[in-house]
Amino acid sequence: MSTDTAHSDVQQFHPRVRSALENPQIRSNFRSAMDGLMGKRQAAFEDWELETLRDLGAAVRLRALSRLPELLVQLETNCQLQGIRVHWAETGDQACEIIRDICKARDARRVIKGKSMVSEEMELNHFLEAEGIEALESDLGEYIVQLAEETPSHIIMPAIHKNTDEISDLMHEKTGTERSRDVGYLTASARQQLRDKFMQADVGISGVNFAVAETGTLCLVENEGNGRLTTTVPPCHIAVTGIEKVVEHLEDVAPLLALLTRSATGQHITTYFNMISGPRKADEKDGPEEVHLVLVDSGRSSIYQDQELLDTLRCIRCGACMNHCPVYARVGGHAYGTTYPGPIGKILMPHLLGLENTRDLPSASTLCGACGEVCPVRIPIPKLLQRLRKESVDGDRLRPSVVPGHGVKRTLKEQASWNGYRWLASDPGRYRLAGWMMTRFRALTPRNVGPWTRYRTAPRPAAKTLHQLMAARRREEQS
Amino acid sequence: MTDTIKLYPAKPAKVYFYGTCLVDLFYPDAGLAGVQLLEREGIDVLFPQDQTCCGQPAFSSGFNDQARDVVVPQLDLFPGDWPIVVPAGSCGGMMRKHYPELFAGTPWQAKAEALASRVFELTDFLLNVCHIRLEDRGEPVRVAMHTSCSARREMGVGDIGPTLLAQLQQVEVVEQARATECCGFGGTFAVRHPEVSEAMVADKTTAIEEAGADTFLATDCGCMMNIAGYAEKQQRSLKGQHIASFLWQRVGGDA
Ligand code: SF4
Repeated sequence: MSTDTAHSDVQQFHPRVRSALENPQIRSNFRSAMDGLMGKRQAAFEDWELETLRDLGAAVRLRALSRLPELLVQLETNCQLQGIRVHWAETGDQACEIIRDICKARDARRVIKGKSMVSEEMELNHFLEAEGIEALESDLGEYIVQLAEETPSHIIMPAIHKNTDEISDLMHEKTGTERSRDVGYLTASARQQLRDKFMQADVGISGVNFAVAETGTLCLVENEGNGRLTTTVPPCHIAVTGIEKVVEHLEDVAPLLALLTRSATGQHITTYFNMISGPRKADEKDGPEEVHLVLVDSGRSSIYQDQELLDTLRCIRCGACMNHCPVYARVGGHAYGTTYPGPIGKILMPHLLGLENTRDLPSASTLCGACGEVCPVRIPIPKLLQRLRKESVDGDRLRPSVVPGHGVKRTLKEQASWNGYRWLASDPGRYRLAGWMMTRFRALTPRNVGPWTRYRTAPRPAAKTLHQLMAARRREEQS
Repeated sequence: MTDTIKLYPAKPAKVYFYGTCLVDLFYPDAGLAGVQLLEREGIDVLFPQDQTCCGQPAFSSGFNDQARDVVVPQLDLFPGDWPIVVPAGSCGGMMRKHYPELFAGTPWQAKAEALASRVFELTDFLLNVCHIRLEDRGEPVRVAMHTSCSARREMGVGDIGPTLLAQLQQVEVVEQARATECCGFGGTFAVRHPEVSEAMVADKTTAIEEAGADTFLATDCGCMMNIAGYAEKQQRSLKGQHIASFLWQRVGGDA
């Protein structure tokens, strides 16, 4: 299942879901991976500290968001003081162009990339390749996904949809690596091939996990060391991030980091944690000559306008919501057709692509609440899904709404059925009469009620409603 | 920021019973069992005949106007200061958690908030307000427990069912894999996304069967209709029962 350009076929949610559900390999790859991740997360938190940390994490993110505009200015100033050049991009395309221009100015042909979901969001690799610039992913998962010409199926583990055999076959076919089930061997082989690329790269591009306004520090969390190589070996480093990643103080990073790694992979700490504070100084032996920071808006400032939807921007991209999502565990990341899959994708992507392009996402949830229960920064995901459902059917399309495409699902049929429900349930007499008729004519209950009975029997009305039973009891008592 | 702690009242002389439309039309025995369990505790149960549906189907589909219109006439059905007991976590969650949201900024806000604070899920009420004691009069039996997601996560009553069942000496509650995972019902989700819903209910059904139970108990009739309906369509022997009906039978009540 290749979702090459994620955006173009985002409408095909149902067909993709069906094909994912019919694919036993996908089902078992995701199920076992998600079970493992849930177990690891649980083991990583001491009971007593989890809820306290989540309170702290949510508070830190809320505080940062409440001052977002001024923090961004502060971040820019402090980055510039340290020699980091700061660029602002309103759209993903603009961000791509900025990065291209930086590359062109250095006559750069080869780019090595660390993991960055924002760069996926703006489809940077395609853009650069069309401009004659080679962009190679260096995160192992991203590397595999790139070899397969696919998109990530998980925001933390991009190649989680593939098992070892599939990866071995892929590497054999694309790079000539000998087939093996030995993960260590496959990793070593990929590392070997990437090492040379790091040395040859003209530019390194990375994401950012936290950008500290007070100090102008860019924090990068990773396990493979590829992030450190990407940001230190090539002569030019470009960090690209969404504008919401800013935090106020350096101390704010501690709880967020503790939450991020535990929630994501159950690690107490990752193998690498990079704090980038500018290009190489005169007396330093290594590091890039140039460091750039590209701050991408791409719909975020419009989310910021709304007091409730704003919570979407708290996200620290840990992936815990998808790991715990019963829908994601069954259909996998590609079924969503969006850069960010799972619960966070369902609440974020409608803003980035418009509800008209993500119409099936807000409803693709039972509102079971598993995501909200684990989110390290307490994003009320079910509540936001509910809000987006409301936006999808909210009448007046001419009324300005911060959610693009609002009202797109307000069909006459849908409206008519809820008006019918209102007609029946807002009048007790009418409701009781309907109940009486249902029980009276229960033999006539249809056996077939649409999609429900495709997989289940239809419920049968009782012989007497609870209203009738309770009324009869009353009469008995009184007589 | 963590959820506010729930405060339980002393055992009242009376309660209101909100049956929910699903119980009313399809599973009235569960409602009646709930009423009888409350009466067994010496409580006078009031059942306002003008109750209909809690509004959740419309609300969770985004049709808030319709949901409000259904709820408004019912806001006046519970004039006394008695708790409102609901034999369903999801309708209870709608009333307790979502009414204040639904009516925020409307003329009914204060009324809705006052009502919401009096809403209790049935098993929670039996255990934590009535401090019910159950003597088991039934034959030995093995059951699985399925607590709905809204009972667990909105109403915070995830461990109440098992605690009540532990009072019954002849009842063995089996451990199922992924017990806290959703059964795939989700109201309109089951018809809007039938394939994913089916994948979920298939796994849930299998998990319960593999745990070695041929009966499962549910806090919510929605989940029960989903899981038992699936098993029936597949001609599997698994049966579902609302936990209230089960408890009432175990203490010797007539079905
Ligand atoms: S929404 Fe919460 S759980 Fe999901 S990725 Fe973001 S921070 Fe993690």
